[in-house]
Amino acid sequence: MRVKKFESKVLTIYMPEQSELISRPIVSENIPAGFPSPAEDFKEVRISLDKELVKNEAATFYARARGNSMVDAHIEDGDLLVIDRSIEARNDKIAICMIDGEFTVKRLKVESDCIYLLAENKNYKPIKVTEENELIVWGIVTYVIKKV
Amino acid sequence: MYGILDCNSFYASCERVFKPHLIGKPIVVLSNNDGCVIARSDEAKSFVPMGAEAFNYEKVFRDHKIHVFSSNYSLYGDLSSRVMSILATFTPEIEIYSIDEAFFKLENVASSDIEAYILDIKRTIEKWVGIPVSIGVAPTKSLSKVANKIAKRYSSRTKGVYAILTEKQRINALKWTKVENVWGIGRRISNKLKIQQIYTAHEFTLLSDEYVRKNFSIVGLRLKQDLLGKPIIGFEQVKDKQNIATTRTFERALKLYEPINERIATFANACAEKLRKQESECTCLYVFLKTSKYSKTLRNVGLVVHLPYATNSSFTICKYAIKGLNQLYIKGYNYKKAGVIVMNLKPVSKHQFSIFEDENPKHQVLMKILDAFNLKYGKPKIKIANQDLNKTWKMKQEHLSPRYTTVLNEIIEVKCE
Repeated sequence: MRVKKFESKVLTIYMPEQSELISRPIVSENIPAGFPSPAEDFKEVRISLDKELVKNEAATFYARARGNSMVDAHIEDGDLLVIDRSIEARNDKIAICMIDGEFTVKRLKVESDCIYLLAENKNYKPIKVTEENELIVWGIVTYVIKKV
Repeated sequence: MYGILDCNSFYASCERVFKPHLIGKPIVVLSNNDGCVIARSDEAKSFVPMGAEAFNYEKVFRDHKIHVFSSNYSLYGDLSSRVMSILATFTPEIEIYSIDEAFFKLENVASSDIEAYILDIKRTIEKWVGIPVSIGVAPTKSLSKVANKIAKRYSSRTKGVYAILTEKQRINALKWTKVENVWGIGRRISNKLKIQQIYTAHEFTLLSDEYVRKNFSIVGLRLKQDLLGKPIIGFEQVKDKQNIATTRTFERALKLYEPINERIATFANACAEKLRKQESECTCLYVFLKTSKYSKTLRNVGLVVHLPYATNSSFTICKYAIKGLNQLYIKGYNYKKAGVIVMNLKPVSKHQFSIFEDENPKHQVLMKILDAFNLKYGKPKIKIANQDLNKTWKMKQEHLSPRYTTVLNEIIEVKCE
């Protein structure tokens, strides 16, 4: 909006000038001359990795993997992990767990009386978690993002 | 039905999401510049009072193994918005009341299902985000606050959720609630009530309408009706702030004019940015300057600067803030705190054109570009010339946790060993 000036001998009055409020076209393909784009009807939203990898935005967190114990599950040092906390911890899921004050990533193996945390690397032994241990399953890994 | 959801020890809980081994351990969170304690976990409450100055409590922190954090608002803000977005999927309407509290409406949930329903909300939030919450539900807003207190106070029995559904429950709850703890009753009113031998919320609701109106105005009467179970207090329309303040305690005391000038310019600019964000403008501002209260020579001054026209231009607000500073600043003091508050806010859409002078219309266009540019690059890249270009003004944040959810190279690391 611009300011318009009215002057008389006694007063100078400023008034908002309304003429700038031109209505704008709302429909984008409404081109007055020329052939409409044949692609207009097929316009789609561009691929979004965010939408693909994040199913539940409020429950999704990210973590960086450090170490080689999960290489057979294709999780290597430096990879970016997508974690969904809304997914239930079940047998065979790869989970972010908290043991001894540290985050670790392992595959869950749920038995009737205990849980095993399995590494995916034959050089690492499974960790047996019984009732005496304190285990927090923090979230479930849903995707691994790596730079090639 | 109305409900209120309240995050338990929110700041401490946010830190615990990424440090689960601190669950059950005492935590305190410090204000900007690590000045004083602004949040405590339940475990820390008996050792540290709210507002305690951190440097006086270093020994207490050590002796009781209290975990100390600088405030990490990037983290708290993000986790708060996650909590609120989950709540919003459960209810038709929510009113975000603060960073860790939101009112909501419950419709089409049968009375007999309410407790299970709110327990489901609580468990979903706790599982998805990791923040423990308490929920109270009742026929009115003020009663939902009471229900929430009960949920928290007796958490082992209520599992953190409580609903006032029957008349008997309502009366018992109000008999249990001290009048000074009623939402909306401040200390002045509660003292006045206590003189009249009114000690509980229930006793307050038994006063006659005329008496309440005469002594506590229409606001008091509305509250009484609300506490009686008649929903009077509705959802607030999204209200823009009436004042916007940017104030800081300096890391070190400042003596010279130039660095203070830079600070004031930065604060003024921050206020102007906030104004533009809520599409408001201001017609006056308040600038203040303070020495530390421990300083030998005290100076504690402030003044209101009236602007010639309503504006939200960084340039104009900055210019007048500096004019204010020039009147306040006297050499020879150790200044420790300063701030700019913009006042008398009006929506830009209701701009009153001044007869004599108005904002240079070019500013508006320029501000748009400036905001868009700074938004794109995350951190302020374009500043006003008064502002310092170096980062000499980093806040003191010695105990800052990573911004786990908003900065990619600060995310958690998981061991694969």
